[in-house]
Amino acid sequence: MDRVAIVGASMTQFGQREGWIRELLAEAGRDCLATAGIDGDDLEHLYVSNMASGEFEGQTGVANAVAHDLDALPAYTARIDQTSSSGGAGVHSAWQSVASGASDLTLLIGGEKMTHRSTAEATDVIASLTHPAEYKHGVTLPSFAGLTARRYLHEYDAPRESLAKVAVKNHKNGVDNPHAQFQKEVDLDTVMESPIVADPLRLYDFCPITDGSAALLMCPESVASEYADEYAVISGIGGATDTHVVHERADPTVMGGVVDSSTIAYEQAGLGPNDIDVAELHDMFTILEFLQSEGLGFFEQGEGWKAVEEGVTDRDGELPINTSGGLKSKGHPLGASGVAQVYEIYKQLTGTAGPRQVDAETGLACNVGGFGNCVITTIMEAGQ
Amino acid sequence: MSDREKTHDAKSDEPPMEAARYPDGSILYPAHPLGPDGQEPIEMVDLSEYRATVVTWTTSTATPSGVREPNHLAIVEFTVDGESVRAIGQLTTDEVAIGDAVEPVYAPELRDPDAGIREPDSQSWDGYRFRPVK
Repeated sequence: MDRVAIVGASMTQFGQREGWIRELLAEAGRDCLATAGIDGDDLEHLYVSNMASGEFEGQTGVANAVAHDLDALPAYTARIDQTSSSGGAGVHSAWQSVASGASDLTLLIGGEKMTHRSTAEATDVIASLTHPAEYKHGVTLPSFAGLTARRYLHEYDAPRESLAKVAVKNHKNGVDNPHAQFQKEVDLDTVMESPIVADPLRLYDFCPITDGSAALLMCPESVASEYADEYAVISGIGGATDTHVVHERADPTVMGGVVDSSTIAYEQAGLGPNDIDVAELHDMFTILEFLQSEGLGFFEQGEGWKAVEEGVTDRDGELPINTSGGLKSKGHPLGASGVAQVYEIYKQLTGTAGPRQVDAETGLACNVGGFGNCVITTIMEAGQ
Repeated sequence: MSDREKTHDAKSDEPPMEAARYPDGSILYPAHPLGPDGQEPIEMVDLSEYRATVVTWTTSTATPSGVREPNHLAIVEFTVDGESVRAIGQLTTDEVAIGDAVEPVYAPELRDPDAGIREPDSQSWDGYRFRPVK
């Protein structure tokens, strides 16, 4: 079977942006088309990953809007919403469109405009994904992180500082990412002394609220050289769903969607956890980097914190995780994040990551929706 | 987690804390249309009559509009007829630890229905908080 190649990629500046959602999406789309030297009307499919433009901005129909703005008519278009994993779900849809033969040239754009809302408003928009039995108690995504972190530290006798070291590592990586919201290092004391947000987690254990967008261009590998000299291929991709009600999961420290989605992706790629050279994980909260690195099989259950302590996941470590700075430093514009994760792996595999470059032939991106409610795992390899 | 017997009778003027029992014996809170075995519930169980054990807890200080701040929350585990069932809910205090025993306490309004993004008429807003048992 002809594999799906990524022949173009772009990412806009993440942070507090002046543009609204249509402008952000069009900016990433135009930049991505330019990397491959094509026009909008060359596209056959166009997908837009976005969680909540209607709730944040009162703008719905963003797929149609951006298709028009990019002069992509009459390409088939659709908006993909899978909450925080909308980006990964968009990668899955774009991959399907090419792998199935339905499209020979597909553009995916992910984006979100959030910073014009207060923290309380943005938190409520995101928390609206919860079950009514959770929502009425004021349960938020950060509070799920606090609940899980306390259980993890208790269960595995991990030091609180190990979580803080995830933030320190990812902020350090973000310094070399010109698109990151925070290009600034933080030290352990700063993280440990920052205000409590969801006990035992503090402000620096959480990603910021962010505007931004990213895009990917996909085609069959057999024609990839028509668009790019260097490209990456998606060799495995899997999506999986866990319970809507988070407390029903048998073990609060295990994300079943991560395990299940990666099992599919590994099998499809014919690879295992030990074959992965670099990974982008969904560190919306520091605790998630532990849960995902264990669920993906990089480390044994309850051992992920030790890898961070030992520097295994540093940029110059055995398995670099979040060379982009992760959501923690780069920012988390909901619909863009899963696309930007794949952008970073694409940059690493095509040798264009600049000062962030590591030695990698295979990479993995794991995008988490809700609190592990929906997960997409994508495995990529350098194009031949 | 603890295996506790029925502790008291619910007050007649308070609604039950309804969990559902399914044909395979599992009990889920909240009730779902279908259980783990894909079948409909066979009966409802009132968890307000039982004590539970704290699995984990947190105090959230960044709360949405209409939610108390700080908001103490816990995941707790009941044992009903030998079957474990978990629930999430507000705590009455942050003077609590993993493994502590708690009991449900009815609250007529857990957050302001008119202050959040969700349509007020789309769901109920009362429920049970958890109070440590001395």
